[in-house]
Amino acid sequence: MSYTDDENLIEIERYEFNENSPYRFAFDRREFMKVFGGGIALIIPLSNALAQGGRPQGGESGRGAGNQRTPNEIGAWLHIDEDGGVTVYTGKVEMGQNIRTSLSQAVAEELRVPVPMIRLVMGDTDLTPYDQGTFGSRTTPTMAPQLRKAAAAAREMLIDLAAQQWNVDRNSVRIVNARFVNHDTRKSLGFADVAKGQKLVKVIPENVATTPAKEWTIAGTSVPKINGRDLVTGKHQYTSDVKLPGMLYGKVVRPAGFNATLVSTDTKAAEAMPGVTVVRDGNFIGVAAPNQLTATRAANAIAVDWKAPGQPSNAELFDLLRKPSAESGGRGGEGGGGGARPQGSIADGLTAADKKLEQTYTVAYIAHAPLEPRAAVAEWKDGKLTVWTGTQRPFGVRSELAEAFRIPEEQVRVIMPDTGSGYGGKHTGECAVEAARLARATGKPVKLVWTREEEFTWAYFRPAGVIDVKSGVKNDGTITAWEFHNYNSGGAGIQHKYDIANQNIQVHQSQSPLRQGSYRGLAATANHFARESHIDELAQSVSMDPLAFRLKNLKDERMRAVLEAATKSFGWGTKPALGHGVGISCGFDKGGYLATCAEIAIERPPTKANEKEVGSKVRIVRVVEAFECGAVVNPLHLKNQIEGSIVMAMGGALFEAIQFENGKILNARFSRYRVPRFSDMPAIEVVLVDRKDLPSAGAGETPIVGLAPAVGNAIFNATGVRLRSLPLVPKGLTL
Amino acid sequence: MSKVTSLNVNGKKLAVDADSETSLLSVLRDDLDLTGSKYGCGEGQCGACTVLIDGQPTRSCITAVGRVAGKQITTIEGLEINGRLHPVQEAFLKADAMQCAYCTSGMIMAGVALLNKNSRPARDEIIRSLDGNVCRCGTYQRIVAAIESVGK
Repeated sequence: MSYTDDENLIEIERYEFNENSPYRFAFDRREFMKVFGGGIALIIPLSNALAQGGRPQGGESGRGAGNQRTPNEIGAWLHIDEDGGVTVYTGKVEMGQNIRTSLSQAVAEELRVPVPMIRLVMGDTDLTPYDQGTFGSRTTPTMAPQLRKAAAAAREMLIDLAAQQWNVDRNSVRIVNARFVNHDTRKSLGFADVAKGQKLVKVIPENVATTPAKEWTIAGTSVPKINGRDLVTGKHQYTSDVKLPGMLYGKVVRPAGFNATLVSTDTKAAEAMPGVTVVRDGNFIGVAAPNQLTATRAANAIAVDWKAPGQPSNAELFDLLRKPSAESGGRGGEGGGGGARPQGSIADGLTAADKKLEQTYTVAYIAHAPLEPRAAVAEWKDGKLTVWTGTQRPFGVRSELAEAFRIPEEQVRVIMPDTGSGYGGKHTGECAVEAARLARATGKPVKLVWTREEEFTWAYFRPAGVIDVKSGVKNDGTITAWEFHNYNSGGAGIQHKYDIANQNIQVHQSQSPLRQGSYRGLAATANHFARESHIDELAQSVSMDPLAFRLKNLKDERMRAVLEAATKSFGWGTKPALGHGVGISCGFDKGGYLATCAEIAIERPPTKANEKEVGSKVRIVRVVEAFECGAVVNPLHLKNQIEGSIVMAMGGALFEAIQFENGKILNARFSRYRVPRFSDMPAIEVVLVDRKDLPSAGAGETPIVGLAPAVGNAIFNATGVRLRSLPLVPKGLTL
Repeated sequence: MSKVTSLNVNGKKLAVDADSETSLLSVLRDDLDLTGSKYGCGEGQCGACTVLIDGQPTRSCITAVGRVAGKQITTIEGLEINGRLHPVQEAFLKADAMQCAYCTSGMIMAGVALLNKNSRPARDEIIRSLDGNVCRCGTYQRIVAAIESVGK
């Protein structure tokens, strides 16, 4: 078991853990100018372990850069070209979370220029510095401050250069409307005038002062999406829209189930089709053809005999997960398990309690179902492989490709066009590897777009989990004991802010029958669901109001503030209408604090007769969520993220679950796997708590964690029925 | 195997050479480079591929191109006229009615089809009309607001 000593330290979830490249070689300053041609380049060293997205991993943290030497590890760079254009290079990627805009705001703020002057190059392994990946809500807390520093240093440097040109004191030069203005002479220079003829590379020192949030004028405001026009006109090119001259279309022949090995195959019919190339390599069989229809027909014409072992199904899932995996031996997992050092004694806590409670909560595997499925376009040219693909880890995918084809990483370039969402589901490069294999065999570029069914089946899932909670409470509402065991789903969001003297919180690894990985907020939804449902059960056991009960056990000011903000807007304490119920939850993760209030309505079927068959419908009527993530960078986009998280959370809360049996996914289509739609939508109100005195945290994930427990608690409030499994009502509610 | 040799797309007659069984979506995207319409599911369940056929919102992923030869096809690329966005496009920008925007073309086309039929649709009607379109990022509330704002 590994523990988190500092509960505020943000860890990489074990499912998000990825090996860093073992070597990181020094950058040659001359290389920069070869790439850029001229102008001014500012290199931002990886300041410390935080920039890697987590706590120090062995050996990684100590290799910070000296101020004057070119750093071994670079976080990002910013370039002002001789024409005065400002380009920022970052390995972070855009998938709808709006960092293309928010990072531009940070740079524009420090450079004192308008946002449209900033161009961001993101996630291109030949152009941007190494980055572990875009996950864990790390862009805002780590990348944005680095870019701010670069921009602030660039500003000061440019002011120096302008002052030198005029031979005046630097204090007489200011930036006004993207021009350098000398207040004494009233002369002005553009960015191009200052950058022209320069060939400067500067490493940003650690101690560059940046603008405090209280003085922000560009960050902190609702700047619209900077590429919005391309998005509403269909002009933006996603990976699946990339087309290269002579490009072929690929299709992979999939086994009927997981863990299958290829016994024999007959590819003659497919090979006879005009223009079709069939590739067989180990367990891989794929085709490339001049168009998609032919590729699909060719793949369908291939007969394959697969051999697969017997595999578990849904029915056995939770028993399976409870068995700790032999190999883990109870350790918390790579990258941190998220458990906490036990405090006090559970036995003492239970002895001191008036009421004791022991319950089990479960969560199902669910699918990310990003609307753009995995896609890749691969091209081999002069021994170099270039792949366009939608991924949260372009550098990780580069490693996968280099490994798969046994070539050095320098011979692989991964380009990530802003992708059609990810939610933690696009960390891996399967599709990229497959497309590259087909491209190598045909000698032509190949596009491969996974079908929805493939995306549902051959990607990976949010881990299912079992959570056991044992607790004790005094009649006055004081929680005396808290024992919490999470099997398989993970440690994210397992920490809480309740003041409990005796605690034991543990994360256990299991052998997952399905391939599992990251998901928006990851285990934080499961852990919040179990905890906040259980807290409600404790409140009920001592006949206390759920809000009053929480406040009694919470001293944390940030948590109390969001609870107060949400309940005030929601009107907590007002009796709900007949057939309605209200519920609440609160929590924190990844630097964000939230409180969620939900009102639900129980809609009985029209006739008594079919009530048993179809059950009652649970409709979420209204949701109020208060969210605090430090200083707000873009209120509009933050609200949008929170609203979207709430809608996405509705699926996992009410009805989303992967059904599987003997190595097969049974509901790998939108017609069988229900996702939230317009008609499911409640009225959503978001209350932002803006703390300009606190650093900004990322907010793409944590707003998702509060809904499921708030809805479960609201169902209990309406009906007296306590549901302890997510999804809560996949087949309606039987009363 | 019968072939389709021309299509009326966004007011222009365009030459194509497609097997009539090919999906309209594939012809639009792969042959005509009109990639604004997206593949999301291939079974008409998500609406990312929505185009207008003689004004009717249609799932181009499950529409064989042979069935639409001679009909008027409108895609997202046909909405902007002389650099001026369609009011629904403007409204989406104003309402920030998107995140990753992969569903956006389909949402806008569904919204345009509805507004062409009823210039002031009620909220319920917007929800009913667009219920077959999935926004996995969950911007439904903003999309409804955007379409409502055009109707007003």
